[in-house]
Amino acid sequence: MKMKTSRVIILMIIAILLALYILFPFFLVLINSFKNQAAIVQDPISTAGASFQQFMSNINAVVNNKNFVFWHAFGSSALVTIISLFLLAVFGGMAAWVICRNKAKWSTVIYMVFISSMIIPFQVVMLPLIATFREVGKFVGLGMNGTLPGLIFAYCGFGGAMTVFILTGFIKGIPYELEEAAAIDGCSPEGTFFRIIFPLLKPTIVTVTILNGMWIWNDYLLPSILLGQSNPNKTLPVAVQAFVGSFVKSWDMILTAALLAMAPMIIIFLIAQKQIMNGMVEGAIK
Amino acid sequence: MDENTTGRKILSLVLLILGLVLLAAALWMDITKTYLVVDLGVKVALRGLFLVLGALLILAGLYYIPTVMHHRTIINIIFLFPLLFTFAVTVIVPMFVGVFYSFTDWNGVSYTRMVGFENYAAMFKEAAFIWSLLLTVLFVVINMLLVNLVAFLLALLCTTKLKGVGFFRAAYFLPNLIGGIVLGYIWQFIFSNVLTTILNSPHSALASTNTAFIAIIVVYVWQYAGYIMLIYINGLATVPKDVLEAAQIDGANDMTTLFKIKIPMIAATFTICTFLTLTSAFKQFDVNLALTNGVGTVRNFMGQRLSNGTQMIALNIYNTAFARDMYGYAQAKAILFFIILATVSLIQVRISNKREVEM
Repeated sequence: MKMKTSRVIILMIIAILLALYILFPFFLVLINSFKNQAAIVQDPISTAGASFQQFMSNINAVVNNKNFVFWHAFGSSALVTIISLFLLAVFGGMAAWVICRNKAKWSTVIYMVFISSMIIPFQVVMLPLIATFREVGKFVGLGMNGTLPGLIFAYCGFGGAMTVFILTGFIKGIPYELEEAAAIDGCSPEGTFFRIIFPLLKPTIVTVTILNGMWIWNDYLLPSILLGQSNPNKTLPVAVQAFVGSFVKSWDMILTAALLAMAPMIIIFLIAQKQIMNGMVEGAIK
Repeated sequence: MDENTTGRKILSLVLLILGLVLLAAALWMDITKTYLVVDLGVKVALRGLFLVLGALLILAGLYYIPTVMHHRTIINIIFLFPLLFTFAVTVIVPMFVGVFYSFTDWNGVSYTRMVGFENYAAMFKEAAFIWSLLLTVLFVVINMLLVNLVAFLLALLCTTKLKGVGFFRAAYFLPNLIGGIVLGYIWQFIFSNVLTTILNSPHSALASTNTAFIAIIVVYVWQYAGYIMLIYINGLATVPKDVLEAAQIDGANDMTTLFKIKIPMIAATFTICTFLTLTSAFKQFDVNLALTNGVGTVRNFMGQRLSNGTQMIALNIYNTAFARDMYGYAQAKAILFFIILATVSLIQVRISNKREVEM
């Protein structure tokens, strides 16, 4: 199907204008991180007053701010995201496999509970969650509220349903003969899972990890209520919120902080663009 | 072989007994309030350590039980345990506890009495809450239409044979990568500084309730349309090429192909996208918090003057609990929110499925 040249040009112009509109906010953040407050307020759209020196001084001010503590927040976010993703992949795979390979009433019930829990909005469990964590923490004697392990625990709980849902769909498609052959060769069930099934799950694990990763890295509400704004181990989104609250309308600081908070995600996107976009779609249509 | 079994039997027994002893010790310390603390870099209560170690030892002991027949069952339990346990503590238990608390005067720590349906009755008399609820419904309806329309048009644009289509897709999707808090502040800057400079007006769009509401919609569509676009692109790619070619040979123009072939053939994609936009718009919180924090004056609503003109229901629940310290009341609102969301999404799925079959 060939298109007329005039139409191609018009479509191209529309596409470019849309891209400019959609990317414009990112551009604004970038240029204004190179300016001081006075220059930003005077003319937020031009590069007048932008200098590399100013950029470095903005970055320094933001990174060393005691409400933000960028590297610490970045470390907390990275730690929580990576450990949660790892645990969700392993535990999710294990649970999905058991649910999928046992055709019994109990496995169907567990599956249905997982699926129906996906519609529960976070607000419903938000308040009792703090209370439950406090009581469990008190009973066990380990801090659940205000600690990173507690937060990771919560992410495993909240991410479990979707992880199991997507992985079960995939495991159903793996021929059962594969497992029977392994069993005949003397492979134990746990060996069958870790040596045969889990490696086969890899592409779906990537999808699940992308979906969960985007959610966990950007999530604000859960860490903000579990950790609190003044927690020294707060994650990046919570740190941004705490930081902005302490700098009313200091746009040089706020925009530089926004730039720093966005940078990791954008860098990862530039590296793994295809995988991320495919993963987001696959997760949605399953 | 036999020796191996004996070895495993002893190992399993030792592990199980050790685990039970640790658990019993932890329970005993809990009852007698022996709160010993050990220092492992961070301070950890001894009974907590015992409890976790005991549970792990029991799982290990179960694993080494020398049985061929029940081994599969044991593996099932061990494999399901971690996820089910975290899921139960974070979702199932709070869900039931939450329903219970919504009938009490809970203050976040304790409650003094059961209040029956008082919380539920009170929210329908609270003008600010009704406003938030109606505003959310309006927001959801507008966004469902707007996001889907924009996303579908973007998808059509991105499935033409333009040069650099890959770049455009990535560019349109980019806002979706960034969390709502950061986006909210960036757009607050745009509305209150950049737009006022461009339009040379002294008034920020965020200053008045109506324009601030439109601002939230603009940001939301900007953030979400790129993601929904990807799903539409995926759907459009499933329309078979030969059908399109046949239509072209039969003389169908682009519009006819679009409305008579493409749209009916990707009905399932429309269902997914409406569901996604519906549920996520209902739960909108981050952008709302960072962009306007719900502020906005409403002169007269149900005979009252309101100051929460742009506050959606999720933010209303949050503030009821954390700013006004009315946890039981906030929980009741959350339960109502859940009931509305569940009903609406079930109806949506029903209607869409019916229509898909008809098409």
